Amino acid sequence: MRSILIILRKEFLQIIRNKTVLPMLFIMPFIQLILLGFAADFEVKNLNLHVIDNDQSTYSRGLISKFSGSPYFNIVNFSFRDEDGMQDLKKGDADLIIEIPTDFEKKLVNRESSPVHLNIDAVNGVKAGLANAYSNMIIRDFNLELLQKATGKVLVSPIGISSVNWFNPSMNYSTFMVPGILVLLMTMVGIFLTAMIVVREKEIGTIEQLNVTPIKKHQFIIGKLLPFLIIAIIELTIGLIVAKLIFHIEFQGSLLLVYAFALVYMPVVLGIGLFISTFSDTQQQAMFISWFFIVIFILMSGLFTPIESMPDWAQKITWFNPIKYFIEFMRMVLLKGSTFKDVTPHFVIMAIYGVVINALAVWNYKKVSA
Amino acid sequence: MAKKTNDNKYVVSVKDLTKKFGSFTAVNSISFDVTKGEIFGFLGANGAGKTTAIKMLTGLSKPSSGTAIVAGYDVIKNPEKVKYKIGYMSQKFSLYDDLKVFENIRLYAGIYGIPSKEIKSKINNLIDELGMENMRNKLVGDLPLGWKQKLAFAVAMVHDPPVVFLDEPTSGVDPITRRQFWEMIYKASEKGITVFITTHYLDEAEYCTRASIMVDGVIKALDTPTKLKENLGVKSMQEVFVKLARG
Repeated sequence: MRSILIILRKEFLQIIRNKTVLPMLFIMPFIQLILLGFAADFEVKNLNLHVIDNDQSTYSRGLISKFSGSPYFNIVNFSFRDEDGMQDLKKGDADLIIEIPTDFEKKLVNRESSPVHLNIDAVNGVKAGLANAYSNMIIRDFNLELLQKATGKVLVSPIGISSVNWFNPSMNYSTFMVPGILVLLMTMVGIFLTAMIVVREKEIGTIEQLNVTPIKKHQFIIGKLLPFLIIAIIELTIGLIVAKLIFHIEFQGSLLLVYAFALVYMPVVLGIGLFISTFSDTQQQAMFISWFFIVIFILMSGLFTPIESMPDWAQKITWFNPIKYFIEFMRMVLLKGSTFKDVTPHFVIMAIYGVVINALAVWNYKKVSA
Repeated sequence: MAKKTNDNKYVVSVKDLTKKFGSFTAVNSISFDVTKGEIFGFLGANGAGKTTAIKMLTGLSKPSSGTAIVAGYDVIKNPEKVKYKIGYMSQKFSLYDDLKVFENIRLYAGIYGIPSKEIKSKINNLIDELGMENMRNKLVGDLPLGWKQKLAFAVAMVHDPPVVFLDEPTSGVDPITRRQFWEMIYKASEKGITVFITTHYLDEAEYCTRASIMVDGVIKALDTPTKLKENLGVKSMQEVFVKLARG
């Protein structure tokens, strides 16, 4: 116990004196949290619309004003030729083109149907789908108005849809993203710094000196990892304060439960860092290997793309992704107010994961070379 | 409780110690005994197997075969017991550059299990002996190399071990510091500490009580520097070394 405290004191002194580690721990993550919290927004707004109005009539202008009045569209250009529209689409200046034919008003007045043509840039499928859906909605509304005018009756759609958004009623993306980003930051700092700081002792040769002393493997490792567990908990606290004060996120569940999970989760992350360090001889190697895992962990965490839409084999890979569990946990507990009963599997999986990965790391960290 | 091996006359007792890496034999069946207070020189060209031999004696590397008793404990059976009984200073400078002088001493004193109450006086005595009073609160990284090496030596002996292993301790330091360093080694030896030293500098071999010369993993010669020179009919250790190393 005393040996662990001695190593702990040494680690804290070194962390405090290190000019790169301290900013890495406390400044960079929060710049990222605030930046990403505001910027990472998947809601599609401000679709750039190019209008080709060949009719120039009251009706056509009526339809266009529906688009310009919508928060989803920005009219960027008007023209009378398809080529001009396509030019804008190719350059990326416009996301979609709406083309109104010359006899639009005439046909409508004569109770005939008139086509409106949409050209949509579908490079980003999600965006294209939404552009199509929003346009359809606007045109349907306009249709309804035309019918009412023509028939003089108040028309009602046969099926009315009423939907309620639960858990994030204002569909605020930062509510959805910030807890997840906080998890990413804790994980990144945990893996990178553990891997680097353990390897650092190898690189500068101090590990050799420690290896001839009576200090035990587990004492050294616990002394090395414990500071980062403590630091991660401090980071979580600051992150939650930022979430509350800057992003105004209402926490539904128990914060105590979040801390309890963090205490089970961090040993997994630190174990992964330690495991990586056993494969590396230099900090540079440790950095590259850490990146390999972190990029996979982040992109397959369900934060940016839903896991449900991944192919089956990829979904199986995400079972080994600790970030996935913590993000799920955060969304369940912080946003939906889930209780311990709902997240018991998360606790169990992380506990097993932690034991396995740390056992592997310690087994691989050989104090006596063969 | 590990049983103390008999034969207390020898502090280090090595028999047929061998280390193989695959088909390569780094250390080939070496045997020797070192008595209390001796300064035992371990000479040899780069790659002769000196460092591998030291690593086995300090428990850093497991021998492939043979036995080694260090300070009364078998390095194969009781490597953890041996660790309390030895000091070690490696080729690479291995104190913490980002810790202060007294923090480095405090760290190792603590690791070796010196009671907290005694650590304070231990630090004061050590700093006093080294003449480093004005550097006490300096980061080790800011010290000149000579001071670092002296401090490393003192830290390696912070727990008063019966044996201390020095692996190329003087490489890269200036002649004056080397001289001061050897004065420290003599002082330790006078106190009855056995000093086990590897070196590149053959003039330093003259200062050893006995010196062994390793060539290709084998001890080619082992005797006092005077005898070694007499036997080969040469005037300096330099010549002894060249003659033996060339085979």
